Amino acid sequence: MNQERIKQWKKFFRRLFSRKLVVVAASLVLFFIIAAVFAPFLTPYGPYQQDLSNVLTKPTTAHWLGTDRSGRDVLTRILYGARTSLAIGVVSVAIAAVMGTLLGLISGYYGGLVNMVLSRIIDMMMSIPSLMLALALALVFGRNMGSLMIVLGISTVPTYTRLMNVQVLSIKNADYIMAEKVLGAGNIRILFTHILPNCLSPIIVLLTANIGMTILAESSLSFLGMGVNPPTASWGGMVSDGTTQLLINPVFALAPGICIMLLVFGFNVLGDGLRDALDPRLRGSI
Amino acid sequence: MSKYILKRIGQSLAVLFLVSVFAFILLYMVPGDPVYAMLGGDITREQYDIAYREMGLDRSVMVRYFGWLFRFVTGDWGKSFKYAMPVVEVIGSRLPVTMFLGLISVVIGTGFGILLGTVAGKNRGKLSDSFITVCSNLGAVMPVFWLAVLGMYIFSLKLGWLPSHGFSFASEPWLMVRQAVLPVISLSVGQICITTRQMRSGMLEVIRQDYIRTARAKGLKESQVVYRHAIRNAVLPVVTLTGMSIRNVVAGAVSIEQVFAIAGMGSLLMNGILSKDVAVVQACIMIIAIVVVLSTLIVDISYGILDPRIRIK
Repeated sequence: MNQERIKQWKKFFRRLFSRKLVVVAASLVLFFIIAAVFAPFLTPYGPYQQDLSNVLTKPTTAHWLGTDRSGRDVLTRILYGARTSLAIGVVSVAIAAVMGTLLGLISGYYGGLVNMVLSRIIDMMMSIPSLMLALALALVFGRNMGSLMIVLGISTVPTYTRLMNVQVLSIKNADYIMAEKVLGAGNIRILFTHILPNCLSPIIVLLTANIGMTILAESSLSFLGMGVNPPTASWGGMVSDGTTQLLINPVFALAPGICIMLLVFGFNVLGDGLRDALDPRLRGSI
Repeated sequence: MSKYILKRIGQSLAVLFLVSVFAFILLYMVPGDPVYAMLGGDITREQYDIAYREMGLDRSVMVRYFGWLFRFVTGDWGKSFKYAMPVVEVIGSRLPVTMFLGLISVVIGTGFGILLGTVAGKNRGKLSDSFITVCSNLGAVMPVFWLAVLGMYIFSLKLGWLPSHGFSFASEPWLMVRQAVLPVISLSVGQICITTRQMRSGMLEVIRQDYIRTARAKGLKESQVVYRHAIRNAVLPVVTLTGMSIRNVVAGAVSIEQVFAIAGMGSLLMNGILSKDVAVVQACIMIIAIVVVLSTLIVDISYGILDPRIRIK
């Protein structure tokens, strides 16, 4: 049995990494994860360490990407900013996936009034652009890392609810589900033992791609001043700070943006690769 | 078809009703006293008592909600304490700016997206396809605000070709056009990339169909096959995307207006949130939701017109 499982995993990874682009994407994501985890060992400076005699310097051998207006090393702030982005991205998506999956399961399985009411609430949330919904919720929950995770999580719930709803609707009348009902299985058992495991693949794909989008949303909120509180390092906040210093040190504003782009690209392509590996019928066209 | 339209209108109204409930309860979800949240902290006791009664805080929630909804529908959107004027006047001066820049971005984004997607789909596997695909994948993940900053750095600060800030209908026409270039390009790049990917995917699907083979077998020129048959069928999903793009453009406008210091709806919403000017935030959410719901409704109805199979269903 173990041998069989190992074989299946090997087959899965071979299919996942059959495309070079997915290998590149996975490498990018791994690079940023390593940078975030080992940040204290990769740089001699702290993220809040100021050197007021070296303010807004251009790239030098001591500061590879220069310093900001408080004399903090830009490269160090980028490495620690990776921690902020990854932490918020992963936790927010986890919140959204759990809440959205549960809501989608319930509305898809029970249908009727429950489905109708939930669908209208989801439509309502999707009619407000998610960034604006996140901004309005930030007004309520405040601006700290925990609140930001909740805010971004809630604003992404509709996507998972809709997907799960569609998945459940497609299999809830399947023969094996009917057989379980005839055998006397309760609704909770049917939902979590039979329906949920068979609906998870698209959720996993969406989850991976969504981490990238959530990182993008977090950086947008930080750029607008509604993200993590300073002096916590965040890429969006660095772009915002750097905008006023473009002529002095453009790297300060441009480097974090490149990091955002590469990390989001990595997660998106990884999500596409997972989709192809989990269901070859949905093979993408990248 | 009329049944379908009526059903969609009914659903849209239901959605807007729920948005109004969300916008209304936002005032009471904000930490602190709702009177101070509405008017700011710098008011006297008498002003507080007057506002308390005017806001109907001495009445039940249902009475307050329907009173607020009635006032909103009849054009009384409250008063902004930050701008010291009726919210309807504040929004009236800013909404056209965002709509103008947004609509141009959507048109440019959709147009170029269809063109590039067609080229990529028609030349699958060739250099042009690879180049367009890689660029569109990168462009789709580019932060809008970063692209705006990059554009400002290159074209305004370094080359001096375009202004770095501001856009106003009161500017002289040529200046207005130059002021619009960077914001519009920043907003439309994401749309171009998403539309390109969708159009390419659609073209690849359509070009394999039997009717395309038949058209070629009939002796039609390749350009006729592509333009008369392939594009018309591949472009249908792009119509749905265009409806969704309104949402993305409105969201992007928040960042763009901050970068280029444009007095539009995005910057108004940001200022309202930062200063906790709840009347402004409520009105902005409602207006934005109305715009998004209306555009989605138009797209859904036009999809039914463009694709006869939807009508028959």
